[in-house]
Amino acid sequence: MNDARKTPFYEKHLALEGKIVDYSGWLLPVQYSKGLVEEVHDTRKRATLFDVSHMGELMIEGKDSEMYLQKLVTNDLSGLKDGAVIYSPVCYPDGGVVDDILIYRINSESYFLVVNAANTDKDYAWFQENLSGAVILKNLSPDYAQLALQGPNSETILQPLTAEPLSELKYYHFSKDVTLAGVNCLVSRTGYTGEDGFEIYCLNADAPALWDALWEEGKKHELNPAGLGARDVLRLEAAMPLYGHELSKEITPLNAGLDRFVAVEKNVPFNGQEALKQQKKQGLKHKLYGLEMLERGVPREGYPVQAAGKEIGWISSGSFSPTLDKFIAMALLDPQVADHAKEVEIMIRNRPYRASFTKLPFYRRKK
Amino acid sequence: MKYKAIDGLKYTKKHEWARQDGSTAVVGLCDYAQDKLGEIVFVELPEVGAAVEAGKSAAVIESVKAVADLYAPLSGTVTEVNEVLLDQPETINQDPYGEGWVFKVEITDQTEPEGLMDKEAYEEFLMKEEEA
Repeated sequence: MNDARKTPFYEKHLALEGKIVDYSGWLLPVQYSKGLVEEVHDTRKRATLFDVSHMGELMIEGKDSEMYLQKLVTNDLSGLKDGAVIYSPVCYPDGGVVDDILIYRINSESYFLVVNAANTDKDYAWFQENLSGAVILKNLSPDYAQLALQGPNSETILQPLTAEPLSELKYYHFSKDVTLAGVNCLVSRTGYTGEDGFEIYCLNADAPALWDALWEEGKKHELNPAGLGARDVLRLEAAMPLYGHELSKEITPLNAGLDRFVAVEKNVPFNGQEALKQQKKQGLKHKLYGLEMLERGVPREGYPVQAAGKEIGWISSGSFSPTLDKFIAMALLDPQVADHAKEVEIMIRNRPYRASFTKLPFYRRKK
Repeated sequence: MKYKAIDGLKYTKKHEWARQDGSTAVVGLCDYAQDKLGEIVFVELPEVGAAVEAGKSAAVIESVKAVADLYAPLSGTVTEVNEVLLDQPETINQDPYGEGWVFKVEITDQTEPEGLMDKEAYEEFLMKEEEA
């Protein structure tokens, strides 16, 4: 094909008839033989395994790690305990977004960061450029593979592979140096699907053995593979933002409705703090809303949204939702109009299609 | 052969098919195209009476991930559309050469179908496409 990279699971994808695409320079399956719709159902009802090795990993170490990170991320890390994970946008001084990341606190002097694949190099450069105090920054991405095991059967599948009591691993917590089928892993109870599940990190060299072990155990509990296509639909149903869609250099976390991950009053000044404070005070020009089609049509990223014939924003992500059997979209709209409108029109190939507002997330798992 | 093609149809390089019956032809999407697109969730049909031009977009087929044009394999006037596809667009995935037909067209130039590929030529074309 080209010089796109293969993950350690590439051969496994081919064996499972994965349809390989080039995604941010990585050769990954967009779907497998059952198809995207079934993969979404499998994830919601049983369990699926995703290769997410394209995700980037950075390591921050040194006694000033916490302070350094506090200055770079919008969320407040001061209450974060060892073994806990927190989600945070990383902003430019103008409030635009560098990336949205997961921060794993190993201890106050050691943090593991998971960043978006397409942003890994940019993030590394940004973190490098902003280094302060006694901090060492490392890019672990080339050495690490990542799997996401998602769905209600996840714990049942994973538990037999380890002595670690997984029921004690709570949502947004992780455990380092977990031995899974003889492989040293970092395991977190996190995901990008809206389901219970785990994200598992290990060295590339160990990755195929881990995959095989998971598969062997998974067969007993209806484990299926799922690709990037299903992943994108699942995260949309769960209304989780995707960089480049709901967040970007031009779209702030407040536009994306991520207020609870922006500690504007944090006592450590951080990149974007003033701009975001200001934006909050002045009111937003665009805010994130959930839409549901009233007519059959597929709302897609970039389509204009109108109210009473006037353009009020655009679709940031849209798709058919297999779980809800509806066409859904997230849209960035002018709140002054959207807050008072009952319906909007989505312009699909220059023709208006009616859509109504609906609460986010579109889908929430029953606890 | 991974993808199905059947006798008696004419094929385009954009993976549409046409089945000529006198002065009209039934038009649809090939097995290869439906497989590449994945699960089809929406079809925008032309209007009956509309003029379509060979090689120009005549319908829109959308899967969960992608939007694709269906280019008219032949020029002419649309005489009938498959309204089943409005509610069950997945019919194209299930039966691309049968129940999943898209529209019927009154052919302007009766000799035009001769310029399209037959099954053997199309299968050869598919092989090359897959190797690329």
